[in-house]
Amino acid sequence: MFRYLALRIASSLFALLVITIIVFLLSHLSGNPVDALLPDDASQEQVDSFIREWGLDKPLWQQYLTFLVNAVQGDFGTSLKWPGEDAMGFVIDRMPATLQLGGLAILISVVIALPLGVAAAVYKGSPVDNGAQMFALLGQSMPNFWLGIILIWVFSVWLGWLPTSGTGSFAHAILPAIAIAWFQVSALARLTRSAMLEVLDAEYIKLARVKGVSEFQVVWKHALRNAAVVPLTYFGILAASILTGSVVIETVYSWPGMGWVAIEAIRGRDFPVVQAVIVAYAVIYMISNLVVDLLYVIVDPRVRHG
Amino acid sequence: MVDIPIKPLTQPSLWRRAREFPLIPVAVLLIVFIIPAFFAEYIAPHDPYVPNLRARLQPPVFFGGTWEFALGTDRLGRDILSRILHGAWYVLAVSMIGIAVGVVVGTTLGLVAGYVRGWFDGLVMRLVDISLALPAMLLALALAAALGASFLSVVVVVGFALWAYFARQVRAEVLLLRNSDFVARSLVAGSSHTRILFRHILPNVTNTIVVLATLQVGIAIMLDASLSFLGIGIPRPTPTWGLLVSDGRDFIATDWWISFFPGLAILLTVLSANMLGDWLRDRLDPRQRQI
Repeated sequence: MFRYLALRIASSLFALLVITIIVFLLSHLSGNPVDALLPDDASQEQVDSFIREWGLDKPLWQQYLTFLVNAVQGDFGTSLKWPGEDAMGFVIDRMPATLQLGGLAILISVVIALPLGVAAAVYKGSPVDNGAQMFALLGQSMPNFWLGIILIWVFSVWLGWLPTSGTGSFAHAILPAIAIAWFQVSALARLTRSAMLEVLDAEYIKLARVKGVSEFQVVWKHALRNAAVVPLTYFGILAASILTGSVVIETVYSWPGMGWVAIEAIRGRDFPVVQAVIVAYAVIYMISNLVVDLLYVIVDPRVRHG
Repeated sequence: MVDIPIKPLTQPSLWRRAREFPLIPVAVLLIVFIIPAFFAEYIAPHDPYVPNLRARLQPPVFFGGTWEFALGTDRLGRDILSRILHGAWYVLAVSMIGIAVGVVVGTTLGLVAGYVRGWFDGLVMRLVDISLALPAMLLALALAAALGASFLSVVVVVGFALWAYFARQVRAEVLLLRNSDFVARSLVAGSSHTRILFRHILPNVTNTIVVLATLQVGIAIMLDASLSFLGIGIPRPTPTWGLLVSDGRDFIATDWWISFFPGLAILLTVLSANMLGDWLRDRLDPRQRQI
């Protein structure tokens, strides 16, 4: 088990390393990194001290090492668009907003998708099942930014129930969280349905029924527990698409999280902040994947003892 | 003798029959996506770029508008329908070229990795893991920040997002095929490894590639649309569908049609592509059917 976890951590770190290489090389691809990383009106002294600090007069691999050492310490330079802000500090300030939205989106998708998938499996071939499958197909084909705009139109403009955009209260988070969760609901429901179908066929389920266990207990306790392993594997992918979704949806709703910062930084050609955002996203993503691996160990004894 | 009419036990439902032959999805794909992509110049009623300030913010027909601007006009008086039709070409080009990049890179690496094994296989599989572990959006952000967004950067992002799926799947199949009799016999007959790989093994994995590629069309279109919505796709004034949706974002309260119809075009195209992909998978490669 420790070997398994150690391997997972090592490969996560390796992936992170590759990301820093990509980010580093891209700052050089755009031509002179001084142009990319310093404001246009920087004085000659600033340029010189910048070159010394980041070792830009050294060979490329030494420059990368300098970049990496600084990055590990959280130093990505200072923001160009928001003067005086430390790039990584600025991104970290925005992190809670994104995590709140992502957490709420995960909660919504699980609360809707799990019962939907279970119902579709238990009543296979029924209108419930067909409806769930059509919903899944539709959900996976709908652009989330468009859904976000339509939700604003319906719930904010027509009905006036919820605020159109911005932040400040729980009500502000509802629409963006739904827009992010929508795609996940269909994917999770499909997975839950197929996993449940497989488990419901198993001998121990028949035995439980023969023993006279109530149907409710059979489905929700015996079957779902065993079926839950499969959707769990999906949570790694879920984390990725929620992060991706947050970039898009935060822009739709002007939600001041990391995704919003990323897009604003790109518009302002603020490369230090873009680098910081990408690395921060990657770290969140790797950590959530590690958590999934840990959950796996807890849920599945074969992994625990294997 | 009495003729006993033989009836099937259960009549296949309309839904099931629709899934058996995807006539509706194919028709929708043709009407919304493929025909506009190639013939937009001839069928679009207006110029998609030239502002017409006298026709600003016309509502769609049936909502107080006229047939002249069937889906309404935007703030500059440009016809939404014409812009959607002209945008189809860019959506098609990006998704097809992006998928082609993914197919070529992924298939080649998967073929060679599965065939030669050893350190090269290990390297490719590590790259696959990393690529699958990186949300494509991160690369898109980095590319857009460094080089500025362009047609090329979008194609690179789409190709990057997809190649690993092809590499992994192809490699897995090659691992099985390389031990089969026909490979051993070709070797004995004096075929070179290159010939075996591309003449004998490749045709055996083509079905898989076609099915995977069809299933990726929806993903590619969605990725392209998200990027152009964020302003890191093909730059203005090209009327890509994501950009058209974002044009109407701030006017949804009063002029809903600016965002609504381009988004509907994306939805219909991706939905039909997904249904077509599902159907193709069931026909060509039932093993991959998961649900």
